[in-house]
Formats: sequence, C-alpha cells, structure tokens
Amino acid sequence: MIRIPKGVLEEIRAQGARAYPEECCGALIGQANGGGEKSVLLTRPFENRHPDGRERRYFAGPDAYRDAESWARNLGLDVVGIYHSHPDHPARPSEYDREHAWPWYSYLILSVEGGTAADVTSWVLASERDRFDPEELECP
Amino acid sequence: MPVKILIPTPLRSFVGGAREVEVEAHTVGEALQTLIRRHAQLKKHLYGEDGKLRSFVNVYVNDEDVRYLSQADTPLGERDVVSIVPSVAGGVDSAAPKAAAPALPSPASALPLSAEEIRRYSRHLIMPEVGMKGQVKLKSASVLLIGAGGLGSPLSLYLAAAGVGRIGIVDFDVVDESNLQRQIIHGTSDVGRPKLESARARLREVNPLVQIETHETRLTSENAIELFHGYDIVADGTDNFPTRYLVNDACVLTRKPNVYGSIFRFEGQASVFATREGPCYRCLYPEPPPAGLVPSCAEGGVLGVLPGIVGSIQACEVIKLILGEGTPLVGRLLLFDALAMSFRTLKLRKDPNCPVCGPKAAIRTLIDYEAFCGIEPEVAQGSGEFELSPAELKGKLDRGEDLVLLDVREPQEWEISRIANARLIPLGRLPYALGELSTADEIVAFCRSGVRSRKALQLLRESGFRKVHNLSGGINAWAETVDPSVPRY
Repeated sequence: MIRIPKGVLEEIRAQGARAYPEECCGALIGQANGGGEKSVLLTRPFENRHPDGRERRYFAGPDAYRDAESWARNLGLDVVGIYHSHPDHPARPSEYDREHAWPWYSYLILSVEGGTAADVTSWVLASERDRFDPEELECP
Repeated sequence: MPVKILIPTPLRSFVGGAREVEVEAHTVGEALQTLIRRHAQLKKHLYGEDGKLRSFVNVYVNDEDVRYLSQADTPLGERDVVSIVPSVAGGVDSAAPKAAAPALPSPASALPLSAEEIRRYSRHLIMPEVGMKGQVKLKSASVLLIGAGGLGSPLSLYLAAAGVGRIGIVDFDVVDESNLQRQIIHGTSDVGRPKLESARARLREVNPLVQIETHETRLTSENAIELFHGYDIVADGTDNFPTRYLVNDACVLTRKPNVYGSIFRFEGQASVFATREGPCYRCLYPEPPPAGLVPSCAEGGVLGVLPGIVGSIQACEVIKLILGEGTPLVGRLLLFDALAMSFRTLKLRKDPNCPVCGPKAAIRTLIDYEAFCGIEPEVAQGSGEFELSPAELKGKLDRGEDLVLLDVREPQEWEISRIANARLIPLGRLPYALGELSTADEIVAFCRSGVRSRKALQLLRESGFRKVHNLSGGINAWAETVDPSVPRY
C-alpha cells in the first residue's frame, strides 16, 4: 500500500499536464515501514533526459538519482518510488517500464489524455521481474 | 581488501535491509560478483540474461561512474566506496511496428494486365503474395537506378524481368573491358559503347513490355531532386562516397525510399533507408571516411560475383517495397561476407541528431558532396606542380637522369605490369619505409592511375622530401602513351 497526500498527487498531475505531449518523471520521497507500506511526503521532479521520443519515453540518469537520494537523506527520508506520465496512453505499465524497473519501488503512473491529467495507478515489480503487481493507492 | 558497497533503497530488502555491505575485493567486478554470490536474489535485478549489467544499473567508485574508469576491472583501494546507483526509465508501448514498410504513393491509375503479360508473369501470378494485385502494383511502379554498373546490372535485369513498369537509369560512363568481369548487363561487343545504350538494348531483350528511361548525365546536386521526384523508389548502385551521400540526402528531401547496396572485395552491405520509418545512410555513417582511406573497387578490387549477390538483394527489397510484402531491411544493415559465406544483420537506429533526417535537421538543400567528402577538384593531368606526364618521364629517362622510380601499388598489381628499374613499396608500407629512401634523390612515384601515388607524394613532402614527382595517369597512362608492351588494367 502506498499513501500519497492529495496535495502531492495534485502536484504530480499538474506536472504531467505541463509536460504533455512529453512524459514527465520524478522521485517519490517518503518513508517505508517493514511491512511494505510506504508513505510519500514529497516529490522531486526529474528532467526527462531521454535523447529522443520523450513523447513515449522517460529517462533520468544516475546524477538525478543521486541528487534526489541525498536530498531525501538530508531530510531523514528515502526515495520510495518513481512516478511518470503516459501521454495519451492508459495508466498501465508498459513492457518497456517492466524491463527497466527496479524491485521494491512503487511505480506511480499518470495517464494524461490530450493534455488533461486522468487516471493514476501504482505498481510494484514482482520478484521474478516477469510482471508488475498493482499496489493499493490511498490519498488521505 | 575490504571495501564497502552502498545499496540503494530498492535493493535493500535483498540484503536484510542494510544500507551497505562489506566485501573482500580488488576490483569492481570482484566486489559485485561477491555481492551476488552472497545475495543471489540480487543477480537478476543487476544483471540481464546476457550476463551484462542492466542498462539502468550504474556503478560508481566514490564519485566516478566506472564506465569512465576501467568498468569491471576498475581497481579498488582501501577506503574506496562502491555505490550502485539507479537510472530510471520507462514509457509507453509503441503502437507502431519497428520495421514498417514505407508507404508508397498509390498509383494514379492501376494498369490492367494484357494476355501477354499474364502469360509472362504466370509464376508470379500464382503466388498469393503477388497475384494479379501485386503484378499490377509492379506494373504501375517506377524505380530509379543510380548507376548501370556492377550493382545496377542485376538490379535492372531482375526489375525489368519482374515487370516493374518504368525503370530509370542514371549513368554517363562507357563500357570498358575491365567492367565485364562483373557488369553482366554489358557484353564484349559493347566495349566502348555508352553503358546506357548497352543496358537499354539488353533490357529490351529481357522484357520489351517495360519502359526504360535513360538519363545520360552525372547525378549532381543540381539535377537529383528533380530526377528523384519522377520515381517511387531509388536504388543506389554507386561506387563512391560523394554520390552515396548525395543519393541519401536527395532521397530524404524527396521522401523516397533508398534501397542501398555497396561492395568491396569479398564483402557487401545492403539496407533500405526510408526515413519516415527508419534511419538514413547518415544515421549509419554521419561523416564520410577521410578521402582516400577507403579504396574504391577500381583501387581495391572486387569479386565479380559479389555485385550479383548484393544487387539481387537490392532488387528483392525493391520488389518487396512495391508489393508491400514481408519485412524490408528498414532499420537493419545486412552484411555479407563471401569468403565466410555468411550473412549478418545489424540493427540500425535513427539518429536523433541526424543533420538530414533528424527532427532538427540542418540540411534542407543539397550541398557540395565532393567537398563534404574531402575530395579536391581533380587536378588536370600534368598541370599540378609536381605532376610529371609519361612523355616527360620518358624524356628524363632517355637523357639518363638519375631517378628513383617508386611504385606504390600492391604486389599483385606488380605481377600484372611494371616499369623497368622501379622499386615496389606499397602505399600502406611507405610510412615505415621512408628510411629506405634518400631525400637527396629525385623520386617519381606512380600507381595504377595516379591517385594513390598523389597520396604517396603528399606523405613524402610532409617527411622532408623535396625532389618528388607524381606520374600523371599512373602506369596505365605510361602503357597507353609510352610503352604499349605494358598491359593496362
């Protein structure tokens, strides 16, 4: 289960709409308890550095990750997941998402239809890397 | 040596929640191998099935990405810290298949087949992939061939035989005896005749029902666009870089698929550059090789049957494009090695920074391709400062002048023809053999036609030799004007 405050989710939706027709991406920063429950407190947007086709791909390199991680660490928090948008595509992970996924992280996907933010879903890579399992999303 | 490995949050559950793990290792590779031996679950997340680190896994030693150090062999010292740092990537599934066939403009009017055509093309008509519909597509299609040489021979013969309605050929050369070893559209009695005349006669014999259009001109930046506009597909059978880049750029600008083939000695390449769907020649080779680095077939030779194979592959790709059947070589480079008798294909990607087909393309009109390829305007024979004509050389030899004749050809060419008292130092060996020559000597360099010896001259001059000349037109010119007993080749 992942808990994301409404305000944080609205920020992500606004970012997705602004980036349209390109994909947006960023880090979900918060805390995790031993039972696999995560609580997001903040986001750290990444610049989409994919060299071409940012309309259907996102990429953020190790520097962006290190920056987000040290930023989180200074606040006593962790990177607990990654969010990105799917312009004019459903909020479901793609095969490409799965191939490039890290375990444990929550992958929050926002569908942006014609420039307007639509569905949001969250997913976690299965331990065999063969699929994503849906994750319950709670917006207090 | 004990070293620390920092574990990023997504992988901590595999190491009991630890932020760091200590291992004994001397290199980065050893450290990671020890880590995955100890925590086997990590392996599939860090390494792909090919045994390589996954593309989104970055490894740092202190603050340096090991990609910029010695990768897995990067040595580790005391107090070095290894970090596993994620990249994040993803996106939507692409709806478009990767190698889509380029869409050809549909012909204004589909031309029906005559009874004669039905008899002629019956082996096509009974195949479901061709059939009446496909044969009508072939009849309604037009293809422009650049060159009526080695590749153009099988290309034009098969396209005409297959019933491609309109075939244009661009060439301005005449048939030479040395062409006959591979340019099978021309025959012995055609020697000295314009290639287009000879090709037209042969193609008419193969299939009088198709239209042959000949363009007896050199393809240039001035005429290419207009010529290409008149055809559906362009097939490149050229043998030089300036024309290859010209054909590529003109195809991109006119949005025509470019069915490419090239040959050298025992090796050939083929691809389909259709840039709405895939990469172009410049995505593969953004820059031409330095002028003179890659020898032409005239300089380096070519197995006669090789253009037969590569040109036939091009003909096959042209026909597939017209029919809209199968998977074209879009986004793939086919490599053929006749000695190994092997075919390989390499995946090609569209270069997002391609200056001609990329989204920010800077090239919007055709340029000077000779200059782009670093080729200086041809110096008229004998007019250059260091050029020596065969007659001038003969005069010097007859007067008994003390000359060193330097033959920079290859040993197998020396077997064919030679000039008396010349010393053979092949061009490739020359930089290492300068000590065998004296700057005090007057040197006349020569090769087959005067191109390689001009490079030799440049090297000699840069190395301090001053009394150097180039035999204009090479040993072939010598054979033609001075010594007819020397065979030309």
